[in-house]
Amino acid sequence: MVSRGGDGTDLAVEFKIIMTKDKKEKSAQSVENRRGFLKKLWIGLGIVALVEMAGVIAAYLRPKKQKADAEILGRIITAGSADNFEKDSVTAFRRGQFYLICLDDGGFMALSRKCTHLGCTVPWVASEKKFICPCHSSVFDISGAVVQSPAPRPLDTFLVMIENGIVKVDTGKKTKRSTFESSQVVYL
Amino acid sequence: MKPAHPNSKNRGFLYHLHPPLVSQNVLKFTHTWGLGGSALVLVLMQIVTGVLLLFVYSPTPEAAYPSIIALQQDVLFGKLIRNLHHWGGNFLVFIVFFHMLRVFFTGAYNNIRKVNWWIGLGLFLCVLISNFTGYLLPLDQLSYWAITICTGMFEYIPLIGTVIQKIIIGGTEIGKATLSNFFAIHVALVPMCLAILMPFHFWQIRKAKGVICPVPPPNSPDDAGVQKVKSVPHLVSREAVMALVIIAILFLLSVLFNAPLADKANPGLSPNPTKAPWYFSGLQELLQHFHPLIAVFVIPFFTVLSLICLPYLKFEKAAGGLWFLSKKGRRMGFVSAAIALVIAPVLIVLDEYIINISVLLPGVPAVVADGVIPVVLLMFFMMGFYKIMKNKFVASREEGVQAVFIFLLVCFVVLTITGVWFRGAGMALTWPWNLK
Repeated sequence: MVSRGGDGTDLAVEFKIIMTKDKKEKSAQSVENRRGFLKKLWIGLGIVALVEMAGVIAAYLRPKKQKADAEILGRIITAGSADNFEKDSVTAFRRGQFYLICLDDGGFMALSRKCTHLGCTVPWVASEKKFICPCHSSVFDISGAVVQSPAPRPLDTFLVMIENGIVKVDTGKKTKRSTFESSQVVYL
Repeated sequence: MKPAHPNSKNRGFLYHLHPPLVSQNVLKFTHTWGLGGSALVLVLMQIVTGVLLLFVYSPTPEAAYPSIIALQQDVLFGKLIRNLHHWGGNFLVFIVFFHMLRVFFTGAYNNIRKVNWWIGLGLFLCVLISNFTGYLLPLDQLSYWAITICTGMFEYIPLIGTVIQKIIIGGTEIGKATLSNFFAIHVALVPMCLAILMPFHFWQIRKAKGVICPVPPPNSPDDAGVQKVKSVPHLVSREAVMALVIIAILFLLSVLFNAPLADKANPGLSPNPTKAPWYFSGLQELLQHFHPLIAVFVIPFFTVLSLICLPYLKFEKAAGGLWFLSKKGRRMGFVSAAIALVIAPVLIVLDEYIINISVLLPGVPAVVADGVIPVVLLMFFMMGFYKIMKNKFVASREEGVQAVFIFLLVCFVVLTITGVWFRGAGMALTWPWNLK
């Protein structure tokens, strides 16, 4: 029997064994670490690749801006001299897809021609003095306020500017509103 | 190569999709009505006619409509090919819908068939998207405004609605970008998805050991039904007949009726009335009666959700392969359908002319008056209906659920028919013979 620690050589052998065992364990551990790290790296790279692809797809699907430059030039539409519009009148502007309204108090509004219900084009019915949507019979008054549902909100407005008596409409800025307010009307 | 079956020679792969042997009772026509096979035939027809149309069609706003006109006037059989594609697409929606009903009513959606139910739902979605995107392509008044109001519906989906709408339209107005999007989805994305999902769908049936059929009680004297016969010729001959019948019907439709084509799209002039394609006209009809949030979001969302969750319904008894679960289930189905057939039209007419909750309750927001209140009332009605049906027939839970499902289904069909045939100018109720 060899008593532990009793003999120097035995101790050395034992120490060696422990060392190699330790080394093996350590190397196994490091392999494990390496593999784990590489695995994580792969997953990480995969996620990065997926995100990149999603980004590319999103870029393709994003509303195209092809006409943006041309539109900035044509965005502000000059409607004409304010004196040209009679009170209580509606003038359609095909190019800007809006109606210029001159209320009976002389205030101006620019209304989108798109119905707020499902997007049909709403014609002005002069005989009834109302906008009547042909699709689902929503009715709006001259200020665009809802007279009859299903339309959930008044017709959207565009920004009206009056410079030196000339009425201009910025068709780039469409504003949604929930009710008619006098602040939406522009006066000379 | 090792043959997959003693009788086969070199058809190993095909046997992953089409069985070499088939149970005899599955061959009975009224067991499946040949609907899945018909759908496949129609998809193949769509691919053939679609590729032909691709050679003529130009997907730009300026050239699209003239190219359809040129197709109809100058190309040999151009009108016929377009008719085939048009009626084929509509027919496909119809067939796929009935196929889904068949699968539902024979209980082929749980356990091993769970995944295939979901694949089937995916395929149904593909068919709908394909039809919807194809609808815009001629760019006539009909398609332009139908797509306008359908994409307009997205605006009512909370939070993400406007974003989705912008992505689909590619801007704020239907135009060049919309046409590119729809064209890409129609001719590339959807066909690609179909090409992947369809073989998967067929393979899953093989995995489930064939089309669902009732398991006969043990030691039953008549076990002829479960006896397997060779697919060639027993199954294949039947499939061939069904395919020829479907193709014949499609040609007949296409020769007799022209695909509609209105004037060139005019963004300044909405036609009166403007209707969604017929498969969405039930949805549009819902919009006439409920607040948009309910009609466009809540109801469709919960419908799709319950279809997806259907395989998780806990079953009291394993019902597989029997139509309508049982004889009792069938009887309950008839009663539910009859009740719905009376109640739905009555409610539509009442809501159109008499009931107006928002007038009765002034000051209550529209979402509550036209949305929450009617929905809650209808839910209470459905719960009562379920209880009464279940007690009256001493039925199991599945039979009760099925009765409710049939009730809702018939209501949806009534809504769709109302939207297509009973809505005239200004979407007011009218008789079919007064249309146009």
